[in-house]
Parts: sequence; structure tokens; C-alpha cells
Amino acid sequence: MSAQQPTTSEAYQAVQSSEEFQTLRKKFRGFVFPVTAFFLVWYFLYVLLSIFAQDFMNRFLFGKITIGLVFGFLQFLTTFAITFIYARWANRELDPLADAIGSRLDGVKEH
Amino acid sequence: MAALTSLAAATTVGNAKLNIAIFVIFVLVTLTVVVKVASGKKTAEQYYTAGGAFSGRQNGIAIAGDYLSAASFLGIAGAIALQGMDGFLYSIGFLVAWLVALLLVAELMRNTGRFTMADVLSYRLKQRPVRIATSVSVLCVSLFYLLAQMAGAGGLVSLLLGVSGETAQNLVIAVVGAVMVTYVLIGGMKGTTWVQIIKAVLLISAAAIMTVWVLGKYGFSLSGLFTDSVDVAKTSTNPKTAAGAENLLHYGTKYGVTTLAKIDFISLSMALVLGTAGLPHVLQRFYTVPTSKAARKSVEWAIWLIGGFYLLTLVIGFGAGALVGPDAINAAPGKQNSAAPLLAFELGGSWMLGIVSGIAFATILAVVAGLTITASATFAHDLYKEVFKRGQSTQEQEVRIARISAIAIGLVAIFGGMLAKSQNIAFLVALAFAVAASANLPTILYSLFWKRFNTRGALWSIYGGLIASIGLIIFSPVVSGKAADPKTGLSPSMVTNPDIDFHWFPLDNPGLVSIPLAFFLGWLGSVTSKEFDAEKYAEMEVRSLTGHGVGKALEH
Repeated sequence: MSAQQPTTSEAYQAVQSSEEFQTLRKKFRGFVFPVTAFFLVWYFLYVLLSIFAQDFMNRFLFGKITIGLVFGFLQFLTTFAITFIYARWANRELDPLADAIGSRLDGVKEH
Repeated sequence: MAALTSLAAATTVGNAKLNIAIFVIFVLVTLTVVVKVASGKKTAEQYYTAGGAFSGRQNGIAIAGDYLSAASFLGIAGAIALQGMDGFLYSIGFLVAWLVALLLVAELMRNTGRFTMADVLSYRLKQRPVRIATSVSVLCVSLFYLLAQMAGAGGLVSLLLGVSGETAQNLVIAVVGAVMVTYVLIGGMKGTTWVQIIKAVLLISAAAIMTVWVLGKYGFSLSGLFTDSVDVAKTSTNPKTAAGAENLLHYGTKYGVTTLAKIDFISLSMALVLGTAGLPHVLQRFYTVPTSKAARKSVEWAIWLIGGFYLLTLVIGFGAGALVGPDAINAAPGKQNSAAPLLAFELGGSWMLGIVSGIAFATILAVVAGLTITASATFAHDLYKEVFKRGQSTQEQEVRIARISAIAIGLVAIFGGMLAKSQNIAFLVALAFAVAASANLPTILYSLFWKRFNTRGALWSIYGGLIASIGLIIFSPVVSGKAADPKTGLSPSMVTNPDIDFHWFPLDNPGLVSIPLAFFLGWLGSVTSKEFDAEKYAEMEVRSLTGHGVGKALEH
């Protein structure tokens, strides 16, 4: 297992308290926490409406398509959208920052 | 009645051989693939995680293959066929749950762990107690999930081969178990992953073909399909089904009748959404890719495929309701679970039925193999190497223990499956999700995101969540005390004797109580203990966000 830890714990602590790392951490949490809160609220809104507001959800919008069905499709849509947006955002915003810090850590170790 | 007997006859006469032949072909093809990819040295990495050498897309397809179990294919299609929109409502929880994995769990797990879930949970806590606790909960979740799949195999055979005899069902369960153990022993994680990839492609293709076929019959009008399935339900000989035909398009037929049923559904939804990212065999899959970027890509692919599949299931479910009809589904040996195979027969005759049945068998095989790898990794890596040998064992010893465990787990799955075959599959799966959401997810999230978290918090949360979820189920109507069916005089609970009733917890699903309780215990345990390892915390946090050290861990 020792082969896995070439970097000293001082180095990790130094990185952890560095401004760069704190920016990365803030950025990551600033994205995933609100989005998680959003999709949980949105999903449970759908669940609660489906079981407590059936008159509303079971109204026909057109043909045999109910509001509830559209609501269900919207859950798919938001899930796909969040996936797409997060992946793009993380590839563009998160990875370069993370890679920079990672490779600097390797640099620190070598000197 | 004549229609029913002819259908039952059609599913047996002549087709049993075809079904078996298609299944055997699948087994032979996949075994060849498993043998081919399995060459090379057998290190622990190879066995547990295929050396982390899969691409994000391959792993995403394999995740879909792992996740779209027989319960979700046959179970959800059947639920939609008979309960309409409530079945659809159920399927959405299984999809939305993947956002928890995408945003909070997959990448950070990949960056901090190597082989098992316990690697991450014990990273900055006391190794031995946390590994033991995690192993107990991993094994519980995997066992429930495993039994559900094996029970599903038994139920499936009665439908496909037209036999409901004990011996025939047991034989099939034994064959499934034996083939699965063979995959695992020969192919390790690499072989298993390829089986899951092949199965996912077949399953999703078959579902897509059936969907287009059904929609084609209705001029690609969803509304037309809905109208017809309601009309067919109206002609049902069962007065209850006929009267409730309109309700197929409405929420509330199953989950909205009483306030208790409504609360129960909230409880189930919580378990589904928070359980997925705590399923050990799902987490294990994140270690089969080299980087967190690939783990992200995996979940992306998994979400597209799983979401797409559930959209197809909506059409397949309503298609079965319209083209097969609720009476024929209820009369078939597997009842609800037979909706999709019966629809296949209705559309494409015995060949289509054979193909869909073969895929359903393959589904069980692939899922069970994934579960076995995960559980045997827990035995060999966490319990044997880290706890029993205190990290002092060789690769060979570890892999040998993992293989012995896989055989033992295979035997447990076979005999457990024989005992559990009359159990409701959906119930066993819901149980696995509830335990995963209560015992695993709180600790995973705390250890990744909360600085103050420590060993006492982890132990209280894992054991508390485990005991609460399993305990509440034991004293729930699932196990005893549901009102007896007037026709058979038997209770639909696990204890079928209606006179034995020891339930006091009113809900079928424990999640509403056990999940918040586990989160609370994790918090309470942490704040009452002073333990904090600043060095390990720094190391874990930096690694989890930057992926530092992952490549090196894989090299040797």
C-alpha cells in the first residue's frame, strides 16, 4: 500500500489550504449542491402531486395525454438536461483546475 | 377462457425447446467472449475491477446492463400493463436516482477508492471497525438483490417452459447459478463486464424493436395506444379491472387509494432515489474505469440508456395491456412479470418470445455475476486481507479467497433462490434499495463531504440504518398481517398464515423512517466523538477532487 502514497501528508495539507484548491472545491460544491437540491425538490414535487393532487394530474391535456404524463416526461427531460449540462460544465470548468493542482502535486513531490 | 388456454398452450407447445436453444446459444456466445477476454495474469485488480481498463462508454453500457435487471424489465413493464401510470411513476424513481450518482458519488468514489466501497468509507477513519461494518451492509444488500434475481429466474421458467413444477424451477435456478459462477471464475470483472455489455445491447435493442412494433400498430400515436388499452381493459371479465379501465391513464390506482398507501409510496420513492448510489455492485463498476472523467462519462451513458429504456417500457407496458390484455396477463403463470414476454409472443410469435425470454435469462445471469464479484471482493479484500490478515496477504492468497467466496456465494444464491422463488421480486429489490439508502448512502456522503465525520458516526449510521431498515421490514405488513385473500384464504404477506400477525410498523417500505434516522445517527455519532485525522482528511479531499494518485495506484 505504501507505493500508493508517494506524496507527503504535508504536501496534501498545503494543497488543501491553497487558494487554488479552495476555488476548485467551492466551484464543485457550488454546482452540485444546488442542482441536487433542485432535482430532489422537483422529483418529490412530481411524486407528491401524483399521489395527493390526482384531480390536477389526471386532467387530459390533449387526446389521452394527461398533465401527469407530461409531468413524468418532464422528469426524463430534466434528468437528461442536468446530465448534459453537468458533464459539459465539469469537462470545461472543473477538469483543467483539478489537473493543474494534481500535476503541481507531482511536481512538489519530485523536488 | 378458450383464448387463455390457447395462449398458455402456445407458450409451452414447441416453444420450450426454442427458448432453451436461444438461451444456450447466448450462454455459449458469452462464454466464448469471457474465455477470450480472460487471458492474461490474474491479479486482484483484474479480478475485482478489470484493472480499471474499460472506457467510459463501455462501462456506461455495462452499468445499464447491470442495473436493468429482470425486476425492472419484466416488473415495470408488467406494472404499467396492469396499473398504468402508477407503474410509470415507479420507473421514474429508478432513473432520477442516477443524478445522485452522477453529481455526488461516482467521480469522488473513483478518485478515492480502489477495489471496494469500504476503501472509500475507511479512508480517513479507523480501518477495521469501518471495514467490518461496511462489509456487513454490502453483503446484506447484495444478498437481498441476489435472491430477488434468482427468485426471478425461477418465476421466469414457469412462464417460458410452461412448467410450474418445483423440480424444474429448482433445476433452472441451479443452472443459472452454475453458469454465473463459471463466468465469474473464468472471466473475473472483465468477463462479467462483457457479459453485461452484450446483454445491455440485446435488451435495449429488443425493447426498441417491440416499442416501434407496438407504436406502428397505432400509427405512432401514443394517444391511440392509450385509448385501445383502456378499451381492452373495459372488456375484462374481471369486473374490478373493467370498472377501473379509465384509471390506467391516471395516477393513484395503486399508490393513491389510502393515505397510508400514499405515505408508503413516498417512503418507496426515497429508497429508490437514495438507494441507487448506495448499491455496492453499482459502485464497484466505477472502479473499472481509469479516471474520474471516465467515471463521469460512464454515468452519462448509463443515464441516456436507462432513461431511454424506461421510456420504451412505457410503450411496452401499455402495448401489453392493449394487445395481450389484462386477463391473459393475470392468467399466465408469472402473472404481471409475464406481460413483456407475452407481448413479444403476440407481436412476433414463438421466435420473438424465445428471443425476449433468452434476453431475460441473460439479464438475470449478468446481474447476478456482477453481484457475486462485488460480494466476493468484499469477502476477500475487506474481510480477509484488510481485517483478518491486517493487510499482510499476497495477491495470490487474496484472489484465491475471492474465488472461493464466489463459489460459496453461488451456492447461497442457488439454495436461497430455491427457497425465495415464491417471494415477490419487486419486494426483495425494494428491500435491497431501502437497506442501501439507509446503511450505505449516508456514510458515503458524509465521508466525501463532511469534514467532521468520524468512525463513531460511520458505525452508528451503518449499523443504525441496517438494523432500522431490516427491523422495520420484519415488523411490517410485508412479512406478516396483510388481510387474507378471500379466494385462497392466504395472506399476501411473507407469512401466508393470516392468523400469525406480529406487524406493528404500518408501512411496507421502511425508508421514510430508516433513511433520516441513519443520517441523524451519523451526525450524532460524529459530534459526540472527538476523533479527527487532519492529515488523512487533507489527503482524501485533495485526491477526491483532483484524482491525484489514481493512476499510480493502478500501475503496479
